[in-house]
Amino acid sequence: MSSDPRHQALIDALGAELSPVRRLPPPWLRTLGWLLAVAVLAALLLMHYGAGLMLRRWAGAPDLGWAAAGAVLTTVCAAWAAFVLGVPGRSRAWAWLPLPGALLWIGASGLGCLRTWLAPDTSIATMHQSADCLVFIVSFSIPLSALMVWLLRRACPLRPVLTALLVGLASAAASASLLEICHSFDAAATDLLTHALAVGIVVAANAAMGGRLLSRH
Amino acid sequence: MLLLTADGFRVLDDGLSPPPDRRAVVSAEPASPSEQADHRRAAWMAAAQAGDRRAYERVLADSVALVRSVARRQGVPVDALDDVVQETLLTVHRVRHTYDPSRSYDAWLAAIAARRAIDALRSHGRRDRREVHDELALDQHAGRDDASAESERTQQAQRLRQAIAGLPPGQRQAVEQLGLQEQSLAEAAAATGRNAGALKVNLHRALKALRGRLHGEP
Repeated sequence: MSSDPRHQALIDALGAELSPVRRLPPPWLRTLGWLLAVAVLAALLLMHYGAGLMLRRWAGAPDLGWAAAGAVLTTVCAAWAAFVLGVPGRSRAWAWLPLPGALLWIGASGLGCLRTWLAPDTSIATMHQSADCLVFIVSFSIPLSALMVWLLRRACPLRPVLTALLVGLASAAASASLLEICHSFDAAATDLLTHALAVGIVVAANAAMGGRLLSRH
Repeated sequence: MLLLTADGFRVLDDGLSPPPDRRAVVSAEPASPSEQADHRRAAWMAAAQAGDRRAYERVLADSVALVRSVARRQGVPVDALDDVVQETLLTVHRVRHTYDPSRSYDAWLAAIAARRAIDALRSHGRRDRREVHDELALDQHAGRDDASAESERTQQAQRLRQAIAGLPPGQRQAVEQLGLQEQSLAEAAAATGRNAGALKVNLHRALKALRGRLHGEP
């Protein structure tokens, strides 16, 4: 028993209002739940656009395929890290998990950009088309971020800003992966820049707002 | 010094240091008994999650010393340690569903306690700064703000009284009985001879009229 009567009074009060709780499912299961929402969106886009366009682009420019794989890997790892950091007592080192995927994503996209300079006759997105990419990434990221924030609020993220940053990265990477399905351009500097800008906006917005949304504990 | 410490913590989001190793938390004990104690607490918490009050009270009572030790190491002053303990126990109660019994209870608790300790340091820092500002303000503007605020309050009260006096009798009565004298609906109904529903409607209308009048005035 606690020696301090003030603590003992609180412990008695908390004991009196104790009710059984449903334990939080493990982070990997919660990650799968969120990824299911992404998979549903992917299925809808594939039903609408078909996989032909995406596969032809990847066959023509394998680095785009690698960039897409990097984006998918970043999505899975960032989401997993966010859900792990939602549980008290887990190491902050989990935040580094999305790094390899992100490096592959950025590196392969950068390579594609370089190739455009070497072989300048590929189809390059105009600024207007690039702006469509930005709108796509940002507008898909909003519901995906909202869903993850809602799921994380049932947990207890003790590092809200870091967790929100990972939420932003996961949502932006997921949106960029979804964009692959209906994206008809090669990776040009303008397009890459727009993607980077969109991802930056999503991550920054999450870090700025998500910190507050997640810090109720 | 305290302020510097708090700022230092603020810079690192939460540069919350990684959860301390449980052997470090109970450093006075050898490793094995400490692990046994951790297992015992983990089992209690698992039982508490299922609704076992006795196990819950035991694990919370057992947690107090751990929380104090984490808070002390974060630099929380001795007089604020008990506040950190209370806040941590309340958080534990709110988030008890996040504990996974296959993992260390002490690491889970230490992470929550470290967070609450940082919150305590921040609020201490804020209070210290505010107090300094208040002193400066008092030196530089002694009396002036107090006097103007007081006179403004008097004017507001005067305007409110006039607005209430200008209300139709039924509405005025409702405000006086329910708002100013803080009577219950039943008491006010007995005092005025009106039924409770009429009093509520009158109060609602009166508040609407008062809002309109007070905002309409310069």
